[in-house]
Amino acid sequence: MAIFLQQILNGLVLGSVYALVALGYTMVYGILGLINFAHGEVVMVGALVSLSVIELLLGANLGIPAPLVGVMALVIAIGVCMTLGFSIERVAYRPLRRAPRLAPLITAIGVSILLQTVAMLIWGRRYHTVPALIPPTPHTFAGATITNVQILIILVSALIMAGLMGLVHFTRLGRAMRATAENPVVAGLMGVNINRIISATFVIGSALAAVAGVLVSSNYGIAHYYMGFVLGLKAFTAAVLGGIGNLPGAMLGGLLLGLIESLGAGYVGDLTGGFLGSHYQDVFAFLVLITVLVFRPTGLLGERVSERA
Amino acid sequence: MNMGDLSVHLKTAVVGVAAATALALAGCGSKDEAIKIGHAGPLTGPVAHLGKDNENGVRLALDEANAAGVSIGGKKATFSMQSEDDQADPKQGPIVAQKLVDAKVAGVIGHLNSGTTIPASKIYHDAGLAQISPSATNVTYTHQGFKTAFRVMANDAQQGKVLGDYAVHKLGAKNIAIIDDRSAYGQGLADEFEKAAKAAGGQIVTREFTGTDKTDFNAILTSIKGKNADLIFYGGMDSQAGPMMKQIKNLGISSKFLTGDGGQTAEFLKLAGDAAEGAYASSPGVPLDKMPGGKAFAEKYKGKFKIEIQLYAPYAYDATNVLLEAMKKADSTDPAKYLPILAGITFQGVTGNIAFDENGDIKGGSISLYQAKGGKWEYLDTVGG
Repeated sequence: MAIFLQQILNGLVLGSVYALVALGYTMVYGILGLINFAHGEVVMVGALVSLSVIELLLGANLGIPAPLVGVMALVIAIGVCMTLGFSIERVAYRPLRRAPRLAPLITAIGVSILLQTVAMLIWGRRYHTVPALIPPTPHTFAGATITNVQILIILVSALIMAGLMGLVHFTRLGRAMRATAENPVVAGLMGVNINRIISATFVIGSALAAVAGVLVSSNYGIAHYYMGFVLGLKAFTAAVLGGIGNLPGAMLGGLLLGLIESLGAGYVGDLTGGFLGSHYQDVFAFLVLITVLVFRPTGLLGERVSERA
Repeated sequence: MNMGDLSVHLKTAVVGVAAATALALAGCGSKDEAIKIGHAGPLTGPVAHLGKDNENGVRLALDEANAAGVSIGGKKATFSMQSEDDQADPKQGPIVAQKLVDAKVAGVIGHLNSGTTIPASKIYHDAGLAQISPSATNVTYTHQGFKTAFRVMANDAQQGKVLGDYAVHKLGAKNIAIIDDRSAYGQGLADEFEKAAKAAGGQIVTREFTGTDKTDFNAILTSIKGKNADLIFYGGMDSQAGPMMKQIKNLGISSKFLTGDGGQTAEFLKLAGDAAEGAYASSPGVPLDKMPGGKAFAEKYKGKFKIEIQLYAPYAYDATNVLLEAMKKADSTDPAKYLPILAGITFQGVTGNIAFDENGDIKGGSISLYQAKGGKWEYLDTVGG
């Protein structure tokens, strides 16, 4: 039982991160119908920028308390990622907004590779160790353990998701975002500045990516120019699983994917008597995805894809 | 574009290439003999730090040979390196191998990983080109009947056997959990370890798997926790072993941790941090400070590249020097001429004495064991050799 509880906790931590990153994919898709493949790299940039800030502040020996260093790193990482998200949209997507749908898809992949390469040049190829600002003491209850950072991941993700839902449903900006998603042309005619709304979407999504990057890197204690790729792929999968374009769907998809992976890796081997091992973890996760998509092509919470020009 | 256009472009290209080749050939007629030595390893991706390390080893050996002045076939030889990035990807291995063959390199040092070395070895074999891997340890590499494949490091059968034995007899492990990263190296080492541990009387409670791009091992570790293993063996590289060690401690698992040479690195200690304490790892050969020329090599390396040796650079350096030695002795850079000499060579390198058996494996490869203590690898013992 303790083992089962531990697997659920593992899944929740993993899933919270997937959900946080998936929100970025789903927001952009909801508004533009574009899959922003560079989003995973923004997570990576967030992690590496925060790492550099932490190293700089700790190295300068200014006597700033560790939690404050963490907050400063987070704030700067968010700032850098917001600027990056804004620039990506402005440079790589906006000029192609009326181009065939494949064109922005290719520029998205291009931006992703570009960011990876630039990060490799700046931070090098090696795995960086992220200093533990929060003591990694594990807490044990009912036989399962969880660290401070993992608790923080679950809490912060939940708070951010709630905040985002509030923003989209109860503010002027949120209403404008929903209107733009519904029909950009009509929204524009009604006086919504759709360029500003789209920029805002990218900026908010990138801020979430920065938070996810900081959380992931402090949880595993590593940061690396390549870390955004796999994470981005998983988060994108989570967004599709939940219904891309749908915010609660991204959260549900993220948490589900985390739990499926964790339970899959933990139990597939035992349940099949060793016939299938834990390396079928991803196969298992994607099998679930395919099954869901066969019966619900729009994902778990996705609605009928709105027709748009 | 219509076909007429295309053929015109093709013609221009062909003429261009022909002209370039003619120029290059004309260049060869001069007094100095320009000799290209190929290096292949991952220069991008998760293990790029190790690929670059090997490349540095090769560069150091070539620069020294150039400075010392070597003459082959009565001409002064100038060595240069053509380094190719195989991304540690088995699909890329043969592609960059073909590139090196087409570039007419005189011999190849590489690749880093077993997964790329094995498929690439077929290309070198077909081209009749000598290949010396500094670090590929999977048994298959030298057991394909290729007379062109050599390595300067003990293979996984030798290492896995020592590790399995050590786990049961010296570390007293009874219930053993094995994880590997499904790479040719990790899987090969884990298989050999499993055989040896079983033969020594240990029981394998579970075999788990992960991937070379993974950072989260909580699920498989939790599963291992439920099976009360007293030792966890990992077949894989430091970039996974480090975070894995952290997660082992965070999950409150008290099992001993043992891994192979892929984890016996400074990087592992850095990535695992305090959690590294007590971990065991092995490495083929003997530690740098116990190598005959280890200390001097470390100083030269640091002086030139301003960074610490990561892992296999001394082996890449030795592999290069062995290759050059064979060329010198044969007085030729033609593989057909120097290969028989290479196969029978005896050479005193910085890592130890180098001679090959009939497969191309190093003779009498020894394995050393280490334990992480206070943020350092403490030397325990050397087996074999």
